[in-house]
Amino acid sequence: MRAVKGRIGLVWSGLLLTAILALPWFKGGALLDSALAEGVAGRVWLLPLVAVALGLSGLSVLSRDWRIHPAGAALVGAGLIWLLLQGFGIGLRGPALPGIGVLFPTALAGQPGFGWGAWIAGIALVGALAEVLAARGFCRGERFAAFSIIGIVAALSLFVFFPILKLMSAAFVAPDGTLSLLPFVTRITASDLWSVGCLTGAGRCGVVINSVVLGVLSAVFATALGLALALLVARTDFRMKRLLRAISILPIITPPFVVGVAIIVLFGRTGVVTVEVADWFGVRPTRWVYGLPGILLAQVLAFAPVTFLVLLSALEAINPTLEEASTTLGAKPVTTFRTVTWPLLRPALAAAFLLAFIESLADFGNPIVLGGSYDVLSTKIFFAVVGAQYDLGQAATLSVLLLTLTVAAFWVQTRWLGRASYVTVTGKSDAGLVAPVPPLIKWAAVAAVVPFVVFTVGIYAIVLIGGFVKDIARLEMAPTFGHLWTAFSFEISERGVQLFGSAWNSMITTLWVSALSAPLTMGIGILTAWLIARQDFTGKRAFEFGTLLSFAIPGTVVGVSYIAAFNVPPIDMTGTMAILVICFVFRNLPVGMRAGIAALAQIDRSMEEASQTMGAGGGRVLRDVVLPLIRPAIFTALIYSFVTAMTAVSAVIFLVSARHNMATAYIMGRVENGEYALAIAYSSVLMLVMVACVAAMNWAVGTRRLGRRTAVANPAQPAE
Amino acid sequence: MTRRFTLIGATALALLPMGAFAQDKELVLYCSVDEEWCRAQSEAFVRETGINVLMTRKSSGETFAQIKAEEGQPRGDVWWGGTGDPHLQAAQEGLTEEYRSAMLSELQPWAVAQAETSGYKTVGIYAGALGFGYNSTMVTENPPACWNDLLDARFADDIQVANPNSSGTSYTMLATMVQLMGEDEAFAYLAKLHANINQYTKSGSAPIRAAATGESAVGIVFMHDAVTQATTGAPIVTVAPCEGTGYEVGSMSLIKGGPNPEAAKIWYDWALSASAQEIGATAKSFQVPSNGSAATPPEAPKLADIKLIDYDFAKYGSSEVRAALLARWDAEIGALPK
Repeated sequence: MRAVKGRIGLVWSGLLLTAILALPWFKGGALLDSALAEGVAGRVWLLPLVAVALGLSGLSVLSRDWRIHPAGAALVGAGLIWLLLQGFGIGLRGPALPGIGVLFPTALAGQPGFGWGAWIAGIALVGALAEVLAARGFCRGERFAAFSIIGIVAALSLFVFFPILKLMSAAFVAPDGTLSLLPFVTRITASDLWSVGCLTGAGRCGVVINSVVLGVLSAVFATALGLALALLVARTDFRMKRLLRAISILPIITPPFVVGVAIIVLFGRTGVVTVEVADWFGVRPTRWVYGLPGILLAQVLAFAPVTFLVLLSALEAINPTLEEASTTLGAKPVTTFRTVTWPLLRPALAAAFLLAFIESLADFGNPIVLGGSYDVLSTKIFFAVVGAQYDLGQAATLSVLLLTLTVAAFWVQTRWLGRASYVTVTGKSDAGLVAPVPPLIKWAAVAAVVPFVVFTVGIYAIVLIGGFVKDIARLEMAPTFGHLWTAFSFEISERGVQLFGSAWNSMITTLWVSALSAPLTMGIGILTAWLIARQDFTGKRAFEFGTLLSFAIPGTVVGVSYIAAFNVPPIDMTGTMAILVICFVFRNLPVGMRAGIAALAQIDRSMEEASQTMGAGGGRVLRDVVLPLIRPAIFTALIYSFVTAMTAVSAVIFLVSARHNMATAYIMGRVENGEYALAIAYSSVLMLVMVACVAAMNWAVGTRRLGRRTAVANPAQPAE
Repeated sequence: MTRRFTLIGATALALLPMGAFAQDKELVLYCSVDEEWCRAQSEAFVRETGINVLMTRKSSGETFAQIKAEEGQPRGDVWWGGTGDPHLQAAQEGLTEEYRSAMLSELQPWAVAQAETSGYKTVGIYAGALGFGYNSTMVTENPPACWNDLLDARFADDIQVANPNSSGTSYTMLATMVQLMGEDEAFAYLAKLHANINQYTKSGSAPIRAAATGESAVGIVFMHDAVTQATTGAPIVTVAPCEGTGYEVGSMSLIKGGPNPEAAKIWYDWALSASAQEIGATAKSFQVPSNGSAATPPEAPKLADIKLIDYDFAKYGSSEVRAALLARWDAEIGALPK
């Protein structure tokens, strides 16, 4: 038995040995340019890693159980630390610190980024670390759980926390490359961030002020509208309920920018509505929509469905017996609403408000189209990096500010959401009559919702027809497929199928990235959920907070941080498809995780315990018992990550390259260039593809076989 | 479970042949002219050579920033098009490769002068004069003919121009004003003009598109961009300012250390040929081509009829002058209240 146990760990030392001896150590290297070959050829700092690999292999063959042997732990730890130290210590153009050059003169020539060998060696060392820890009682010795936790922590550290830390350090770099506190202080106190000139009439307001004003206004209106929608759907006999629910799905599958473009077509200087209204009142049409009003309009339309879903679930969870009691005691409908319903809704209102606030701060697509001269943090960050000045320090400073704002809001929100969810999971009797909404409030809600519906229908009408008429912006309505042909033209010739349309590259990359990242996101998300819901281990709370934190990081900040962290060795990944996939996996992880946790909370542990008692290991229990029971959560996670990968823009806009362009980045270029019709045509194709893919996934994952329970819809999205 | 794997397999199979169209050889092109022209030019190159082109369209300022950011390991091969100043700056900073094409002898003198100024690290591919266009349905009386006319209060909030930080077009305007009026007077002019500007766009040709759809009455752009809008049926009238104006020599550079140096040279020589330079007109770009035997499109604004200043490309394309002017613009114009 002992011998068998010892042999289990062989897979890691074997993998490590292969990686070090045979696989290309550096990016782009040939097959046998391994750490051993490079080390012998002069890069002597790689030799200790060879020694670790040999030592570990020897130990696992000779020792009875290398995992509990003190030398095993020491070798694994030393290997990991040395791998990172040499990688970060010696960059592309030589050592990071002068001392290293003295120690290893050959290091002055520098080294390229990690290749296959280095990556696999890293994975093998992390695996071996999990073995060592599990053998010492971590996770009660459950190997599968230990692998999962160590693996996820390693991945999160590398792809979430390391980039953010790297970005923060960039905020302290002066233009001449030296590190000090002064540049950060100068940048963060600059008047173009904090000025309140627009209030006093003496200039413009700072971007921070602009962002916060926009966020608060947008959140107030979106929450009010969401409340109106939720009241109408949950508490009245309003006739358009189905329509309202359908409309609430639309923003999720709408590519960015199209709503902004449609708003320009309707309300721009020569927009249909602007011109009509100006004619009636005999005034000159203005550019009123560019700036705060336009962004606000677009954001309220986009976020109201999100707040609607939050408030709807809260309203439906309020136990009707409370309201019925109030009515029985003689309270008027208004009194019941004011003293019973409203106080019960308050936590959900706060949660909805904060959610919309975070989304507004992180929103990039609407401000860039409709902003005019109204700068907000997300667009300012974008221009600091892609503008002609390329000032990463400035972008980093602004990112730190944006991150502080969203994380603060997120922290408050998780507290409120926590409280709200306690209300919803009480298992008391639901018998009782729902109190009718007071007429006054009902009519106020109708008055708010009708314009919303009209707006939404008008905007999506523009989106539907805009791509297939000559020029929607000039109202030339001759039907044409010309825009579609520009995007997706192809020819069949002796060279095979040649795709000439300018959108093919981005479309194919987008489909690949979405198709690769969705199952990965789902897998890691569900695994994380299972670890949090079912396993006990040291550091669990920190683990949970860490995974949720990536939820609060705005997309623009993620994008900039990836540039800061992964543009140079050792982890040199910009310009590849891998970086796009990784970006989506870690951004959408919390959604799969939340869906998984919610689903697991509905399932009793006894079935898993039974399986364990019969001798199944952690992995087996997960595969045979848990996964079949939480199909709906798997489906939600899969759909969500797929759709987000197709519509997200704020992070990928920094990460796309000529080879791997994404649909949203392409659309943004067209919008910036005024080619609205092409942008709209592409967007409608994208929406069709999304609907088709979601239908296909629905068929593939299959309907769940659990009977009555309904899937817990998770309205929260990562900050865009 | 099985069905899911079937689906993943099917998706992968469906996507695979799409990747198969990629040829063995390829070229990463950073393109800074109008998107439509970029597309037509890449397509023609693919047809002629079979080399697959991976094209990114970004304005010239942005492309310069990108090439600078990628200096450690360049991802692009050729930077084709865009105003000459950032190309000269890239040459000065050693981001681009020296290359004397055999085609140089066929080029106009101003295109060769561009190459000489940079030590053969860039070359002129087209020329175009700066001007503005107005929407004739919105400006019906007393049309503007000079730079000074644009200061008129009737154009309040009705003129668009790009931000010189991102757009080569707008930087050309800044440098033109400085050469035309003197630096302090130029900034005084721009500060007055600021009252009439509704937005500083990122892309150089966006202002004339806004004027074409009526989102703005006037757009300050290169004249050929205004002609493009007029030929598509927009009510745009192109103006060559009476005080005189500057011009651009649209350029092309080989990026130093790019991944496909062979393909890059094939593109470079091809792009200087007469037939390749006639593609622009088919994509509604009416610049004056630099190859002497390439036909100048009849719609192109005739450089001979325009009062052109003696634009000092060497001085205004240098890093120091450019950085100083842009810093002053940020401080004195960009920060003004709107």
